[in-house]
Amino acid sequence: MLSKRLVACLDVRDGKLAKSVKFVDTKDIGDPVEKAREYYEDGLDELVFYDITASSDKRRILLDVVEAVAEQVFIPLSVGGGIRNLADATDLRLAGAEKINVNSAAVQRPELIAECAEAIGSQNLVLSMDVRRVQPSQQCPSGYEMVIEGGRRPMHLDALEWALTGEKLGAGELVVNSIDADGTRDGYEIRLTRLLAEAVRIPVIASGGAGRPEHLRQVLEEGKADAALVASMVHYGDYSVSELKRWLHDRGVKMRMSW
Amino acid sequence: MTGHGLTTIIIDYDAGNLRSVARACAEVGLDASISGNPTHVRSADRIIFPGVGAAGSAMRSLGRSGLDAALVAAYQSGVPILGICLGLQISLEHSEEGDTRTLGLVEGTARRFDFFDLDLKVPHMGWNEVRPVSPHPLLSSVEPGDEFYFVHSYFPEPAIRDQVFAEATYEHDFCCALGCDNYFGVQFHPEKSGRVGLRLLERFATWDGESC
Repeated sequence: MLSKRLVACLDVRDGKLAKSVKFVDTKDIGDPVEKAREYYEDGLDELVFYDITASSDKRRILLDVVEAVAEQVFIPLSVGGGIRNLADATDLRLAGAEKINVNSAAVQRPELIAECAEAIGSQNLVLSMDVRRVQPSQQCPSGYEMVIEGGRRPMHLDALEWALTGEKLGAGELVVNSIDADGTRDGYEIRLTRLLAEAVRIPVIASGGAGRPEHLRQVLEEGKADAALVASMVHYGDYSVSELKRWLHDRGVKMRMSW
Repeated sequence: MTGHGLTTIIIDYDAGNLRSVARACAEVGLDASISGNPTHVRSADRIIFPGVGAAGSAMRSLGRSGLDAALVAAYQSGVPILGICLGLQISLEHSEEGDTRTLGLVEGTARRFDFFDLDLKVPHMGWNEVRPVSPHPLLSSVEPGDEFYFVHSYFPEPAIRDQVFAEATYEHDFCCALGCDNYFGVQFHPEKSGRVGLRLLERFATWDGESC
């Protein structure tokens, strides 16, 4: 049967690795290519790049980073951040990204999902969702709302409804980022993850809030996620990739243990 | 890319991103060129036949360019061929995907995953254990517990049981590596499976096309 996946996320700004807390206060923490290689050698299952540069003139830097990583990292590579059209997606695919993540632009123009899925295949099109907790209302009955533009702009769109729409339009996977949990290291938003994982028939990657190995176990088991995304936990050297996988494996979570 | 010398061709037929396959080949010292020219395929010493996408459009694309006949000719001439994912599925005779007649290098059908357990997701995407069921030079480095990366909704079912060289399990056991003379096909992606995948490509780089 399939193993659960450990995914590391590298936030890249101007070609450097950055880390945010609750989507703000970014700071540089190293060379993404070097980190990518290190995690790959240590047994990482999948790598995600998010470009938080958000300015198109620096786009070339991201393409160069992706290309450099693709030359030495032979696991699935997923890239997102600022993808507005099929041309952006195609450029990144040529640079070496398997999977393309769409986010804000898809909320504003849902057809983007169908266009990309049609061209690059659903299995390569990931819908990345930035979600925050709200009071359940008529607009957002699930109590979770979609937010775009790096967490700055609430869309009054229910996250559960959006996940189902995205799946219908052809997204092959969801990344569910909890803005409330992001960078807190207090654990993933289990309830949100489970709500979406049980509603869709595509894999769900949980994101935001990992601080201890137990958080990963919780979201993979109780949260029903197919994959857990980590960032600070591994970027600052608190835990290594292999250490996390071993810990989960020892507690009965099915992980890939030979590489 | 004409004349003699050891040429490895990665077949380009508008079926997905081939550069990741080329990069992985480069990593193991296999100098491979991406080409959609049937003449190159006919004169190649070694062929990688990758692909993602739908069986029907892949067959149409192969037919338009004459690559279908070139592949059959290359197979018959004994050149080592490695099929990957869709490249494996359409090497069989038939695919349930769009009820498509495919190349027929190997007898059998590509079947769709159809589960009773609705919790199982299709495509089968992620890392799964590959278990060799009989020895083959390309699988000689695979050890118990080794996992490879899969992304697919259809799986190969060769007509001849002895042609199954490895299996994986997703609700049921299915064939994930098959071989027939100088042809070997894998349902997983060796180019995305870390070191265990690179080792398979490394073995393909020196494989003489004999099964055992």
